[in-house]
Amino acid sequence: MYHYTDFDDAFLKERNAQFRAQVERRIDGSLTEDEFKPLRLMNGLYLQLHAYMLRVAIPYGTLNSRQMEKLADIADRWDKGYGHFTTRQNIQYNWPELRDVPDMLDALAEVNMHAIQTSGNTIRNVTADHFAGAAADEVADPRPVAELIRQWSTDHPEFQFLPRKFKVAVTGAAADRAVIKAHDIGLQIVEKDGTLGFKVIVGGGLGRTPMIGKVLYEFVSQEDLLPTLEAIVSVYNLLGRRDNKYKARIKITVHENGIEDIRARVDSRYKLIREQFTGIDQQMLARIEADFATPTFVKSDVTPYHSTYQHDPLFRSWADTNIAAHKNPDYAIVSISLKAHGKTPGDATSRQMRLMAQLAKRYGHDELRISHEQNVILPHVHKGDLPSVYYALKAEGLGTANIGLISDIIACPGMDYCALATARSIPIAQEIATHFDALKLEHEVGPLKIKISGCINACGHHHVGHIGILGLDRAGVENYQITLGGDGTEDAQIGERAGPGFSADEIIPAVERIVMAYLDLRDSPAETFLNTYRRLGLAPFKAALYPEAAANAA
Amino acid sequence: MPKPFTPKVVTANALLEGDVIYLSADGWTRDLSQADVLTDEADADLRLIEASAQVDTVVGVYLADVDVQDGVPVPVHFREAFRAKGPSNYIHGKQEAPQQEQL
Repeated sequence: MYHYTDFDDAFLKERNAQFRAQVERRIDGSLTEDEFKPLRLMNGLYLQLHAYMLRVAIPYGTLNSRQMEKLADIADRWDKGYGHFTTRQNIQYNWPELRDVPDMLDALAEVNMHAIQTSGNTIRNVTADHFAGAAADEVADPRPVAELIRQWSTDHPEFQFLPRKFKVAVTGAAADRAVIKAHDIGLQIVEKDGTLGFKVIVGGGLGRTPMIGKVLYEFVSQEDLLPTLEAIVSVYNLLGRRDNKYKARIKITVHENGIEDIRARVDSRYKLIREQFTGIDQQMLARIEADFATPTFVKSDVTPYHSTYQHDPLFRSWADTNIAAHKNPDYAIVSISLKAHGKTPGDATSRQMRLMAQLAKRYGHDELRISHEQNVILPHVHKGDLPSVYYALKAEGLGTANIGLISDIIACPGMDYCALATARSIPIAQEIATHFDALKLEHEVGPLKIKISGCINACGHHHVGHIGILGLDRAGVENYQITLGGDGTEDAQIGERAGPGFSADEIIPAVERIVMAYLDLRDSPAETFLNTYRRLGLAPFKAALYPEAAANAA
Repeated sequence: MPKPFTPKVVTANALLEGDVIYLSADGWTRDLSQADVLTDEADADLRLIEASAQVDTVVGVYLADVDVQDGVPVPVHFREAFRAKGPSNYIHGKQEAPQQEQL
């Protein structure tokens, strides 16, 4: 992974010292809240419902065991012994006190971490495929270029006050695990005539007006990537709506002006700025690539994996759901579920964080990843070590075999923590997970992504959930709207709204009716929920959801 | 016709801890049951202005609707109920360590 230089270290140290002084001045009354708020947000510090919240960047979701251990130490020393991993591959601490935050930032800096640009109208933490560098289907590791973008965008003077926040995601595989079509800019590494370059997608995003991104360029060379990104963000900075925050995202800019007009403006801007990129960025990229060298894989006995798979049904179940194909056939990618039935999606205790760090150190070439689906990945585990990894995880409540299944739910913090939320998300996710665990239907149902947001901002990605749930406030009562058929992959689609919403008491039975309808409607157990939905459309599911309306219509 | 004024409390977040606080007769309290219930609109406006001026102590001051049951204010809206109690997934916040003290 990327190793910070002396410049990086000095930059963080200076930045933290600045913020420490700002916090002191807020506490002694020299700064008002209006003056302080933009400064704290520039350092990832929010004021939420019950407390402050510190959002820490995990660039492209990659971290090593030392960093994970530091996150655990911070949770113990300054928070309540846990952290919440988010759909932006960040970690959030829900209970810090204002006076402690500078110390937390200094602790993070000890392991080259920070909270810069995890808030505010700027280019946010760059996200990437959580299987990057390990996936069997990868064209190239997207992390070096994600790191280059991180360095280019961090404190970029032109882009500190954009019309709204700006999110970039990168994938190196055709199978999109980074939801690139729902980002302001999505980048896919592609190969053309033996050369690697980038498909550039712009104007995707969820929230109030969900949109799938449009292809701006089918192929941009590696040398042209940064000037192209700079041109896109410059055009958005000038053209983006500042009169209405709900229309300020680039998706609206692209929608209102049309992709051809945006392309012409980007082309024009690109021509003006291209010569400023003299090739230094490519020298930096080459240095960064060296930091992401593939680990030295060992040749070792895989028999323990096969024999345990044969004899332990619990291990077999876990291996079937939580393991993905690695580019080295003797290795596996392990997804550690942070979705134990009834637990809060994305939360890990400090003890669990330390265990995952230890396993990464011992069995995983010291690498961990955070997925946008709020799970933790060990990207390089030798198959012979899988039983040891599984039994260690299981002992700490991390062995749930549910990746991609109905209880592997994305849920934003919702009104339990978030000041913007209009309803709760976490209890709904907890109830769905425990309900279907009790029914023992989870593995029978198979791949099914439920995503829950506690407000229209869609941090829980509900628009691209196979079953999406949006929590709203209807006349002072929590109400949950269902969307169906959403998809966050390379075939990205926004889900269709099924009809009137449900109360908190009604939403679990409603989800059950959808799932039972799917089990009745599928043409075989091999047909997934999403494929059944695509084959039959909304109507039969709507009939199951609203049986009274269906009966009246009949 | 103007809407009749309904009972309210002055609420905010504490500057240092960030937690939910309410204005009582003696200053700020972390316990909703100790909050001053304001039934007169002019009085409420005045208390809001006074509270908002305490910029070195509190953040985000506003008036929240309450009902009065057995002489004690209780939240009207579910958001205020969560603020008064704490999150629903852990016994954290006010339900973890009920604090009655004044700020």
